[in-house]
Amino acid sequence: MKREVLNYTDKKHFSPKSNPRWGKEEETEIFGQNVKLFRKGKMSEDDFRRFRLQHGAYGSRLQQNYSMIRIKIPSGEITPDQLEKIASMSEAFSIGSAHVSTRQNIQLHWVQLEDVSEVMRGLVEVGLTTREACGNTVRNVMCSHFAGVCPDEEFDSTPYAKAIARFFLRNPVCQNLPRKFKINFQCCSNHGLVRIADIGLIPMKKDEANGFKIYLGGGLGAASFIGHQLEEFTPEDRLVSTCMAVVRLFDRLGNRENMARNRMRYLVNEMGWEKFQKLVIKERSNVEMTISLETLNRYKVDFEGPSIRQLSNGKKLPLINEKVDINSDPYKRWIHSNVVSQKQNGYFVVFVTLGAGDITSNQLRSLAKTIQSYSGEGCARNTANQNFAVRFVKGRDLPEFYNDLAKIGLANPGALTMSSAVGCSGTTSCNLAITNSHRLAKEIQSKFIELGLDTEDDLRDSTIKISGCPNSCGQHEIATIGFYGGASRIEGTMTPTYTMMFGGRDGEEGMLGRTVMRVPAKRVISTIIKIIEIYRQERSANESLTKWIGKLINGAVNDNGEIKNLDDIKKALMQTISLPSPDDDPESYMDYGNDIKFSAKTAKGECAA
Amino acid sequence: MKYTSKEKKTKSILTRNHTLNDLQDVITSADILRTLIRKNSVRVVDVRKEDEYKKEHIKTAVSIPLAKVLDNDSPERIVQLLEQTGISDKTPVVVYDDTFGALAARVAWTFQYVGHSNTSLLETTFAKWKSYGFETEKKVNVFPHAKHSLRVNNEIFANYNEVEKAKSEQNRILIDSRERLNFLSEHIPGATNLPYTMLGTADSILREPQEIKRFMENRGISTDDEVITYCGSVGTLSGLAYYALRMGGVKKIRLYSRSFKEWKKLGKPIEEFKDANYWDLSAE
Repeated sequence: MKREVLNYTDKKHFSPKSNPRWGKEEETEIFGQNVKLFRKGKMSEDDFRRFRLQHGAYGSRLQQNYSMIRIKIPSGEITPDQLEKIASMSEAFSIGSAHVSTRQNIQLHWVQLEDVSEVMRGLVEVGLTTREACGNTVRNVMCSHFAGVCPDEEFDSTPYAKAIARFFLRNPVCQNLPRKFKINFQCCSNHGLVRIADIGLIPMKKDEANGFKIYLGGGLGAASFIGHQLEEFTPEDRLVSTCMAVVRLFDRLGNRENMARNRMRYLVNEMGWEKFQKLVIKERSNVEMTISLETLNRYKVDFEGPSIRQLSNGKKLPLINEKVDINSDPYKRWIHSNVVSQKQNGYFVVFVTLGAGDITSNQLRSLAKTIQSYSGEGCARNTANQNFAVRFVKGRDLPEFYNDLAKIGLANPGALTMSSAVGCSGTTSCNLAITNSHRLAKEIQSKFIELGLDTEDDLRDSTIKISGCPNSCGQHEIATIGFYGGASRIEGTMTPTYTMMFGGRDGEEGMLGRTVMRVPAKRVISTIIKIIEIYRQERSANESLTKWIGKLINGAVNDNGEIKNLDDIKKALMQTISLPSPDDDPESYMDYGNDIKFSAKTAKGECAA
Repeated sequence: MKYTSKEKKTKSILTRNHTLNDLQDVITSADILRTLIRKNSVRVVDVRKEDEYKKEHIKTAVSIPLAKVLDNDSPERIVQLLEQTGISDKTPVVVYDDTFGALAARVAWTFQYVGHSNTSLLETTFAKWKSYGFETEKKVNVFPHAKHSLRVNNEIFANYNEVEKAKSEQNRILIDSRERLNFLSEHIPGATNLPYTMLGTADSILREPQEIKRFMENRGISTDDEVITYCGSVGTLSGLAYYALRMGGVKKIRLYSRSFKEWKKLGKPIEEFKDANYWDLSAE
């Protein structure tokens, strides 16, 4: 597709993104053929499932005839023509909406198995792939959406993230790992998910040389771990060998028997960090001595991208700091919670608020045009918070940008605040889900925007993240207030409930949340609102909700207050979480999106297949 | 992607590699219709609302709104409508709408059902036609009354009995052409979903025949199968599917024009899927 010419005289600073060609057409043909073989009984169910997952098609909830197609967006960088193609693929073969995941994938749900190859065919045309988006492989390589524009970064990690993604894609070394493997890049110590990845990398410089601070063995799940730092500094020329060494060790030593405990974090935990660390260092030497030129040539860092480098004087990404409230002009309210300035003077990152990552085909098409018109780098990034970040937008274009979004219903405020709750797909499509976490996240968002909570500055650095089961796709353990779905018997009735956690966080100082209590699904919103109310009474001076919760879990809050620790807040919330009898209020015992009695139905997960 | 009228013209001629006779079967390209209009050898039927027609329509078109057809679709009445608009047994008819072909398809099918086989769909919608700068006019066209025979073609029609039979017989395939989420919610047991959204593109109400063929092959539908299409209520979406599958080469195909609405009203069995909250994934 031809790129529209930007109106700016300074457009010459930017080079258009070339088609990255992650996809391969022959793979779509093979997929189509294998579906036919499977349908005719000429390919076993196990073989087909393994093949299907390797190519990014996940089974849908209790319905194996439909797939969720997971499109990898390496480093989250996506071009307008790719967005347009996803829009038309969703319209034709899926449900007319696409879903931004928490790992920079874009997912199309409820695609008939027979049509998966058609969707893949369309994606290949615009350079996208679903290859190794599921299955026991190196999954999508993530990169902070601020990489390249963050004032605190040492250098842009995006080209490295893409090079590593390309190095491992279709690489024989990782086609059959004991379990999935995740690699995340940050930009600085704040932005990203390095402590909850198998390999997490933060760019750093030593004596002017580029390199990385590498964390290993983190990850969220039924049992979660925070990653360990490998060494003080890993120079960039050892990046590939270090990653190779870790993948090879995991491939060799990882548990292939017990599906529930075969992520690398369990290996690290069982072996002990010091021993694992030594093995990695040793394995790296072996790799470096034996790596073939052919293998090494798979790794190529391509430094294309905006050449504008007018660095400002290292200020933090400032939110546009004009105080707003619920009665403020909608545009001001949006600016306040959706726009931050970049390290490049005069340029801004605009966040597009989605509801739990969902966007219609029509919205995608319009958004593609908006990106084309206003982003100086001619692309966008999808983020772990399930929205889009459009970068290199000029200040003078912000009103037009807002108008474009308002026309298609995408101008909601709150993208960078607590009101944009993260929710995995839950019972809308996932086999493992117990609760409808997806709908709950959307309900929270609309309630918070209605109450104007996106305008409250003391809440803005807090996050709400929800998973529909303990498996953490909603990343609930790194939220200020996190929830994961389950089922409890209340008053003799099976009820959808969420276990609430406090005090998790992302970034290099990543921390796992602490379990507080169980809350019935239909009491989650009132519970959060009650927590905010208590916090406002109890906090000292202007401390933020995040800070107050942090002190609460450490039992270090203000002595004059009533609420000093988690037990106190549990007691204070008992009234809020209590339900009337099932006969008086049957709806309180049902899940969101259902008008029938709740029952916890799940089937075998496929991540591990 | 938008085409200018010139590009569009080239595209039509290059990609739709049919003869006029083939096209009369299912679809007529904009260029061919323009030629036919110039030669005064076609009756163009506009199925939009009458006031839309009065505002502007394709040159020489007559107005037969879908609502008028559905109001009373007894074969006798339909033949009357044909005669009133000057359509005789031999007149080539091209039908268009302003949605994505589904309304036109339902009307075209009705004409063929009462025996007017020489009916086809315009490949594009009125809005596109206009955007290409092709000929339109405002005047209400009246043609002399014509004589049309009535030969009901029951081979392209299905009632609920035929649908019931399809469930039990091999090589009989029931196609539900509603959108995915509607299909998941409930459908006639044994039906295959071929959403109407798969059938067209931004530029044409139906994709290229080879694409439709591939979609069929993917679903294991062969051109020798007997197919029945249905949709939600009056047979518009399934009308489009009817023509798509014909274009894909299916020889025996029927439209269950009373569709799921009648099926449900009659209390026939339905298949539901309630184990997932898929509606909550929609961003609408």
